[in-house]
Amino acid sequence: MEAIKLNPPLKDEDIKKLHSGHKAIITGYIYTARDAAHKKMVELLEKNQSLPFDPTGQIIYFVGPTPAKPGQVIGSAGPTTSGRMNRYSPVLLKAGLKGMIGKGEMGPEVIKALREYKGVYFVATGGAGALIAKKISESEIVAYEELGPEAVRRLKVTDFPVIIAQDCHGGNLFTEGVEKYGR
Amino acid sequence: MRDVDAGEITSAVKSLSMEANYYLGDDVIKALSAAAEKEESPLGKEIINQILENAGIARTEDMPLCQDTGLSAIFVELGQEVHLAGDGLEEAIQEGIRQGYGQGYLRKSMVEDPLRRKNTGDNTPAVISVRIVPGDKIKITILPKGGGSENMSAIRMLKPSDGESGVKDFVVETVRNAGGNPCPPIIVGVGVGGSFDKCAYLAKRALLRKVGSVHPDPYYAEMEKELLKRINNTGIGPQGLGGRITALAVHVETHPCHIASLPVAVNTQCHSARHKEIVI
Repeated sequence: MEAIKLNPPLKDEDIKKLHSGHKAIITGYIYTARDAAHKKMVELLEKNQSLPFDPTGQIIYFVGPTPAKPGQVIGSAGPTTSGRMNRYSPVLLKAGLKGMIGKGEMGPEVIKALREYKGVYFVATGGAGALIAKKISESEIVAYEELGPEAVRRLKVTDFPVIIAQDCHGGNLFTEGVEKYGR
Repeated sequence: MRDVDAGEITSAVKSLSMEANYYLGDDVIKALSAAAEKEESPLGKEIINQILENAGIARTEDMPLCQDTGLSAIFVELGQEVHLAGDGLEEAIQEGIRQGYGQGYLRKSMVEDPLRRKNTGDNTPAVISVRIVPGDKIKITILPKGGGSENMSAIRMLKPSDGESGVKDFVVETVRNAGGNPCPPIIVGVGVGGSFDKCAYLAKRALLRKVGSVHPDPYYAEMEKELLKRINNTGIGPQGLGGRITALAVHVETHPCHIASLPVAVNTQCHSARHKEIVI
């Protein structure tokens, strides 16, 4: 199966072509955020204030990396559990975000928002932090430095490998996978 | 009595915290390699191969296997003939964590208060359990425990009449509810018996057993085999995306319990099953 090449920012047309179970590789800039940064960003949106970056067409990677050693761009940088962001992702999708990368299934409120605002949820291999770090060539903190590993970073990635897990057509690889391989 | 300097404990804990986070155990590598062969889902097979490749990079480059370098669970077996000189045992261990996580470029993942959530900045405090044992040695084991898999753990106080089938159903139900969240393929630590708190401790300690080892009691060895089969029949698969390998092993630890009780606890461990030990 050939991986689909994606270069953010993404448009509705790009998202509509993505179906659960397919592989994709991402090249370009993506943003990082996990629990604490999501809480802050959603509070800003609820107060009609702007985010530290323009979310239009962008992808958020749920990650809190280890500190970079001297000479490294970033430390280990694998995905964290996405379900903790269920409350926040629909608000960001509404604001123009197009995708999230994480691990584990996202909830019904996110599935609904993916359909409504044309978004996609990708899975990266959880626990492959050292391998994934090899795909990152730049890392710059754009907000909330005080949050340490939870700061919002802008990463430059090349051929970052992901799997389309939940799409805008209602496709959900988590349920499809269990149906296919469960006995 | 044998005198042991507390500084020796600090430096041992410092090294253990780095080694555990960089070097995946041979038993886990072996189990993952076998799983890659057995996995029927092409995507699942690819994921397991990525996990193995990741372990290779971490080992050769002294990089953390996973960005979640965990809460530090520490198990100490303290010989009763040991006299500790210098700092107290607890402070010596905490200082080792502080140094290991700082100098090893490991992530600091502890908040000082569960609700006010300010990061302590050095990954302390470790969660320490100490057993006093005969002899003049100290055995220290570190298990850096990631939050994603820890969050999917569960405990239930069953009735004695629920029996063996109640225990098995609870274990499978917990794994099913966890789905892809705890980073499968997982290792399932099961505690049966003891008290409410002891049972959870047993489940965690069960994670220290080598993957691929057989339970010494044939009754529980059989139960582990059956549970592994049922768990792999859920179809959850690597990362929850479907497949035949959801768990690499099920480890059961037991303890006597009250006539009215049948506690059972499940501690889920991601594939980054890291632990290292030293005897001083």
